Amino acid sequence: MLLISCPYCGVERPEIEFRHAGEAHIARPAEPSKLTDEEWAEYLYMRTNPKGLMAERWRHTHGCGRFFNAIRDTVSDKFVTVYKMGEAKPDLDQLLVEAAQ
Amino acid sequence: MTHEFRTSAGGRIDRSSPVEFTFDGKSYQGFAGDTLASALLANGVHLVGRSYKYHRPRGIVTAGSEEPNALVGIAREKGQNTPNLRAPQVEIYQGLNAESQNRFPSLSFDIGAVNDLLSPLFVAGFYYKTFMWPRSFWQRVYEPFIRSAAGLGKAPTDPDKDRYANYYAHCDVLVIGSGPAGLAAANAAAQSGARVILCDEQAELGGSLLHDATSMIDGKSAADWASETIKALSENDRVTLLPRTTGFGYYAQNFVALAERVTDHLANPDQSLPRERLWQVRAKEVVIATGAIERPLVFPENDRPGVMMAEAGRIYLNRYGAMAGKRVVIATACDTAYRTAVDLKAAGVDVAVIADLRPEPVGVHVDAARSAGIRVEGACVVTGTKGRLRVKSARLGRIRPDGSVTVMGEEACDSLLMSGGWTPNVSLYSQSRGKVVWDEEAGAYLPGPSVQHERSAGSCHGVYGLHAVLEDGYRAGESAARAVSSAAKRPETPSVSGGEAGAGGTLGALPHDRDPSRVRAFIDFQNDVTAKDVKLAVREGFHSIEHIKRYTTTGMATDQGRLSNMNALSVASKSLEKPIPQVGLTTFRQPYTPVTFGTFATTARGEAFDPVRRTPMHDWAVEKGAEFEDVSLWKRAWYFPRPGESMHEAVARECATVRESVGIFDASTLGKIEVVGPDAAEFLNRVYTNPFLKLGVGRLRYGIMLSEAGFIMDDGVVGRIAEDRFHVTTTTGGAPRVLAHLEDYLQTEWPDLNVWLTSTTEQWAVIAVQGPRARDVIAPLVEGIDLSTESMPHMSVREGRICGVPTRLFRMSFTGEAGYEINVPASRGREVWDAVWKNVEAAGGAPYGTETMHVLRAEKGYIIVGQETDGTVVPNDVGMDWAVGKKKADFIGIRSLTRPDIVAAGRKQLVGVLTKDPKVILEEGAQITAEASPALKTPALGHVTSSYYSSALGRSMALAMIADGRDRIGDTIYVPTAEGVVVVEIVSPVFYDAEGGKLVA
Ligand SMILES: [Zn+2]
Repeated sequence: MLLISCPYCGVERPEIEFRHAGEAHIARPAEPSKLTDEEWAEYLYMRTNPKGLMAERWRHTHGCGRFFNAIRDTVSDKFVTVYKMGEAKPDLDQLLVEAAQ
Repeated sequence: MTHEFRTSAGGRIDRSSPVEFTFDGKSYQGFAGDTLASALLANGVHLVGRSYKYHRPRGIVTAGSEEPNALVGIAREKGQNTPNLRAPQVEIYQGLNAESQNRFPSLSFDIGAVNDLLSPLFVAGFYYKTFMWPRSFWQRVYEPFIRSAAGLGKAPTDPDKDRYANYYAHCDVLVIGSGPAGLAAANAAAQSGARVILCDEQAELGGSLLHDATSMIDGKSAADWASETIKALSENDRVTLLPRTTGFGYYAQNFVALAERVTDHLANPDQSLPRERLWQVRAKEVVIATGAIERPLVFPENDRPGVMMAEAGRIYLNRYGAMAGKRVVIATACDTAYRTAVDLKAAGVDVAVIADLRPEPVGVHVDAARSAGIRVEGACVVTGTKGRLRVKSARLGRIRPDGSVTVMGEEACDSLLMSGGWTPNVSLYSQSRGKVVWDEEAGAYLPGPSVQHERSAGSCHGVYGLHAVLEDGYRAGESAARAVSSAAKRPETPSVSGGEAGAGGTLGALPHDRDPSRVRAFIDFQNDVTAKDVKLAVREGFHSIEHIKRYTTTGMATDQGRLSNMNALSVASKSLEKPIPQVGLTTFRQPYTPVTFGTFATTARGEAFDPVRRTPMHDWAVEKGAEFEDVSLWKRAWYFPRPGESMHEAVARECATVRESVGIFDASTLGKIEVVGPDAAEFLNRVYTNPFLKLGVGRLRYGIMLSEAGFIMDDGVVGRIAEDRFHVTTTTGGAPRVLAHLEDYLQTEWPDLNVWLTSTTEQWAVIAVQGPRARDVIAPLVEGIDLSTESMPHMSVREGRICGVPTRLFRMSFTGEAGYEINVPASRGREVWDAVWKNVEAAGGAPYGTETMHVLRAEKGYIIVGQETDGTVVPNDVGMDWAVGKKKADFIGIRSLTRPDIVAAGRKQLVGVLTKDPKVILEEGAQITAEASPALKTPALGHVTSSYYSSALGRSMALAMIADGRDRIGDTIYVPTAEGVVVVEIVSPVFYDAEGGKLVA
């Protein structure tokens, strides 16, 4: 069972308190009706599915209830960092360099 | 002939406490401290099982959890049968009842042994080759055959009467394994002030120190040093000692699962104790000290009872006072077997010969054996064994410099002890997701870099020799403690005499002079895999070790190949002509050894498996004799049969009562969410397809919620309580999903909206009162609300009091009749219900359940999300385009409603269907076709979604989703069933009061 840090509560809690909520930084288009079918399909269904670091959304469902973002390594399951909604996505290359050190 | 193979003195058994037990119905005597294996050996019993595939007689091979052959079932009371226990791990107690497995009718005469004669049929991949076709044979012929013939233990059929406990623990340092390395590590970590957990799968802590009869540590015997060290640890309240506890799973972030066997070794366990305890440990640092496992030698007939690992022979002798035999041949490629020879000789056992593969064995261990007068033969190999149910002699051969073998003769013996060297036990390191590295010098895979906060100590990472292992243990304990606290210190490594490391070892099949087509040398005893099988797999094109493993089943036994993997790998590597590291090693997975289902389930079983949700009116329904159905976690009253009534009769009566007078229904399970804030209306306008901005205070609106893909995800009635306050209802099972969906958009897409969401499902009890007399029934109880239609029309909400209790009174209907849903605080639900029921009863009304609710709504063509819809349905499909706000610029899912596949013709649409024969009730889910007997593979037009008998119509009726259904109204179509085809007509989905006049009355 993973331990996950909630950036709002500021504590580490067991995985069962959290729910995964898909890839992060996929903003809903402001005016969906103006999108072509292809653009809308891209928004609905296309995800990066990387091997390695991935930005994803998590929710502290059985805690504060807040959604937040996390960078997780999809190979090792390791959470590299967590950050609040609205904060910029970290530079993944930079994180890789730091992780290697 | 009891204790015929027991030494005269010594060992850690209590000779003053005899213990009676039975094995296969026969009584034996052992001593307290014996395992089942040691007690059987002391009684001269080696034959303990039949092999899996060939039913060959098999004996005890090891003294540990890696035991491949001696699997037994232990029976206590009914509901307490445990199969597949490994005899070296079973501690005997007074009255223990053990049974061998995989034999019929008895161990010494097993009918399945005919498989052995048919062995050419049972080569590698025999399941794949034999049981391929015809497909229909699988269920009737192959599976029953495999199940009966290939029996490991039988799964118990009675409910498990034992209790299992769960324990969460945190510590600074978890040490797994309590041999010299583990004890030293725990000692160093404890002396550094760390909180330590030390666990070991064996009954007694101490590991190899418990059977080391010759080494001295700090001037004390190894066993005494272990006892003193353990005593000191046990007196430290920051240390937890866990014998009989297997570290079976190493998971992410140093989360380690331990299985503690609490009572299995006791004759009369204290009833307050759980049988087993699952420890879920979060350790800051882990020390793996799981030791090394001795490898069998792969020579012809190496599976005969009496053939055993050399170190196991030493363990049984020194720790349990049990002799493997009276005249023993030792076959080895490694120095450590010489220790066994010396100890056996000292105990009076006749050691016939040490047959060493190496041409010129030398070193302290060899010298000790020679000076004890034991015959040592170099360049000597065992080429076969004789004896039916126990080894009687070993056939020896001389290895010539060119590698060929010549006959040396036979040596009589009643036990053959073998050693192919040692394999570091890297299972837990591998589970921690570390990558093992091939070490050419050690001839073994060793742990590579740590992926988690762990380190290995002792022989599990290739460190051998007592002094070196102790030193390595202190180092590991200190380094673990230092990672947690700067106060770490390292105790002085004690002085050690004896326990020198032994050199040597071999991998793979041994050379012999026999006809290769006629002999079998086993690699994996439990799965009956021979060297030939592995070679055959390679010839047949399996080149990856992962494929060879699955094809031959080598290494898939309960020890996960800890005994067999390296030999299999070596044989494969030679056949492939590739070095071992290029062939690879299969991955070790959790659990380390089998764990009972009870330990995993702990308390989550029976009533505690899932929570049960009950409404405030639940007990009333129970008193009224309601039948219940489960809807998500809720218990819902299904129908209320009167004495003698069938379900069909009860539902027909309940339906008629609602249509003709009045019914009362518990709707408390509906999901409820309070949506509050200045932007609440704007928010709901974005999440529902319907317009919400202009909904007046005091009005209700039915709303549909879509996923962004345009599909219906939930529906419900929303009431505007105030400008900035809405009372939202959801489907019974949908509330958590809907709340998460709303929170998601609110928090992540529209954080600028000032809205608060609160789950109020359990705050409100909901009493639906439906039928022409609904108003008459509640009117006398209501205060402060004008119930007249002019003042409170259909689809409105008022706040006031009922029976003196504050209420949000909804005028709405899910039945097609005029009616109300009375929301009151849950704590007052029952008293209001009782008062309303009194009036309902006086008016000739009745309670109704979910079945009647379903029938009534189906008569009106109202959908149920999840019944008419299935996650691929848009509003237009179910005829609800009217609920989609045409002037809205945006709502969740809006863009998807104009996707090409959504607007294309041919989508399934909600319609009604009536069977030609009004008595026939269609089956829900039945497929619908255009022709009475369609050709094979003709796609269905659609399917039946809801089907009932309607008392209002006096006949059956159904709802269905049918391709272009609305254009087909009036068509005759067909529902093929097992009993024949049913002719049906497509009609409008609204069967009752199509004009809706009753709702507004
Ligand atoms: Zn939180």
